[in-house]
Amino acid sequence: MQEYKLLGQKPTRHGFGHALVTLGERYDNVVVLGGDITGSVMTSFFKEKFPDRFFSIGIAEQNATTIAAGLALSGKIPFFASYGAFCAFRNADQLRISVCYNEANVKIGGGHAGISVGPDGATHQVLEEVSFLRALPHMTLVVPCDYEEARKATIAIGEKVGPAYIRFGRSPVPQFTIEDTPFELGKALVMREGNDVALIACGALVWEAMLAAQELAKRGISARVINSPSIKPFDVQTVVQAAQECGAVVTAEEHQVYGALGGAVAEVLAKNYPVPVEFVGVKDTFGGSGEPEELMVKFGLTWREIYASALVAMERRDKGFLGSVRRATDVAVYEEETIEQQ
Amino acid sequence: MAFDNRRRTPEELAEVAAEIRRDIIKMLVEAGSGHSGGPLGTTDIYAVLYLGGILRHRPEEPNWAGRDRYVLSAGHMAPVLYATLANAGYFSKEELLTLRKYNTRLQGHPGRDTGLPGIETSSGSLGQGISIAVGMAMSDKLLDKSDRRVFSLTGDGELQEGSVWEAVMAASHYKLDNFCWIIDNNDCQIDGRIDEVMSVYPIDAKCESFGFDTITVDGHNFDELYGAFDRFIENHRNGTGKPTAIIAKTYMGKGVSFMHDKFEWHGKPPSAAEAELALKELMASN
Repeated sequence: MQEYKLLGQKPTRHGFGHALVTLGERYDNVVVLGGDITGSVMTSFFKEKFPDRFFSIGIAEQNATTIAAGLALSGKIPFFASYGAFCAFRNADQLRISVCYNEANVKIGGGHAGISVGPDGATHQVLEEVSFLRALPHMTLVVPCDYEEARKATIAIGEKVGPAYIRFGRSPVPQFTIEDTPFELGKALVMREGNDVALIACGALVWEAMLAAQELAKRGISARVINSPSIKPFDVQTVVQAAQECGAVVTAEEHQVYGALGGAVAEVLAKNYPVPVEFVGVKDTFGGSGEPEELMVKFGLTWREIYASALVAMERRDKGFLGSVRRATDVAVYEEETIEQQ
Repeated sequence: MAFDNRRRTPEELAEVAAEIRRDIIKMLVEAGSGHSGGPLGTTDIYAVLYLGGILRHRPEEPNWAGRDRYVLSAGHMAPVLYATLANAGYFSKEELLTLRKYNTRLQGHPGRDTGLPGIETSSGSLGQGISIAVGMAMSDKLLDKSDRRVFSLTGDGELQEGSVWEAVMAASHYKLDNFCWIIDNNDCQIDGRIDEVMSVYPIDAKCESFGFDTITVDGHNFDELYGAFDRFIENHRNGTGKPTAIIAKTYMGKGVSFMHDKFEWHGKPPSAAEAELALKELMASN
């Protein structure tokens, strides 16, 4: 199996922007709608290359979304990108009816997602949209882990007919997949083999899961790391197989713990193969200003929480479902002290 | 028999409109729910558009690539759209009686997923259809460089939805002279008169200031309706770069005396007895 190494740091939004140019070159009917922040969400690359197929709609996300539906119903493949805080919620009704109910071939790029937007603060740190978008019939939903995967995912949703949303971030994040790394909508990817516990992550937390697995290995625990960028359609088989072979699962995402990747895993396992699951994510709270790294620590979105949650999930497995259980936060403090002592 | 998309005399259109209104009453009483007021109030506009030679369309070939497109933004007025489409020959009139029933193609609000011929888009959440129509007009004019036209009808209460103004701002910004916005101004919404609920007046000055060539007409006068649509077609042909707004002054429940201008008839169907009375009046008016 391919070994994944840290290759540098790059923002996922650049992958989105570069892929739009590729799509523009391949398909004459790909068009892009701008929401005044084209330089932030990297639709500016496309705008520069294909000015005749770029339309500025201004600060009007509802209108951009429905205009996109009108373009799609006229045979175009429109992409509209803005901050996820505004192009998944301000336009929620438009996404539900004009895009999804219509089965309009509209693609939304939701940028600056997650807590890692940093200084902009809670208003812009969208942490809830994956849960909402997942619930929409006909929607395809992808949360790529790095630049390269964002690039592939953007091309994939552009080439699939139907409504789709891709979530990407602002800050540079570890780059570890390469051009040859497979990507397919509806498929998760095992990034590291292991049979003691399964760490299932998406977005920026995939790399954190890899780090957690390295640390767990030092204790003789072999963790399987699964990258699940495709939230919908979801790779049920890979998740169930991991539960069967590991018996304990941790999910990790830069999102509220309710209803997104963790929710998808919990639903799938409740139905197919119930095992203990621990959820790493934002715990029902809003974000706040700060540097991305500080915030990831503050809101519990690092390898340490994944590591601690893995120990808790395994403990629950070993003691049976009803056994008394330590909370992951307690384990985190304990383990951190132990790690520092080593 | 092939569809004859010619202009008609006011007398002919009055007959067409009376037939559509009768169908609306029959559909609604059979459905037992639905909107009576708006559909009856806008029937004359539909008669001119679909059966008076304004829309370029082919009922026997609903997806004809050269067709003009009509988007009902005020989706709750679906009964008049369905009745008009059936009268134009898009599907059988028997199917009208399935309105709002289980497994019907005639959903309570238009649903594109049903595959009903002539339905360009789903609509029903106010303020969205017009924006879709603007997207279609952008596609036709700016990308395909075709001479197709796009029409969209909103209610007047619908103007309270902010996204309507986002849509028309864009229509003006992109100089969509192929876009015709029809405003059904019956001054009624579910809770009462527009002014009491939330005033949207003056509508004409708003349309003007948003860059539309604005025409106010009696929405029950066929000559005036023809005049307004002809001006839109001229605007488009001459490439004025201005979209057109037609403010049609109408009466809710037009054609049925006990519904006339009564906002209480916005969202309910007639009872069997009321329907009988309404049909009698609509026979006499023909």
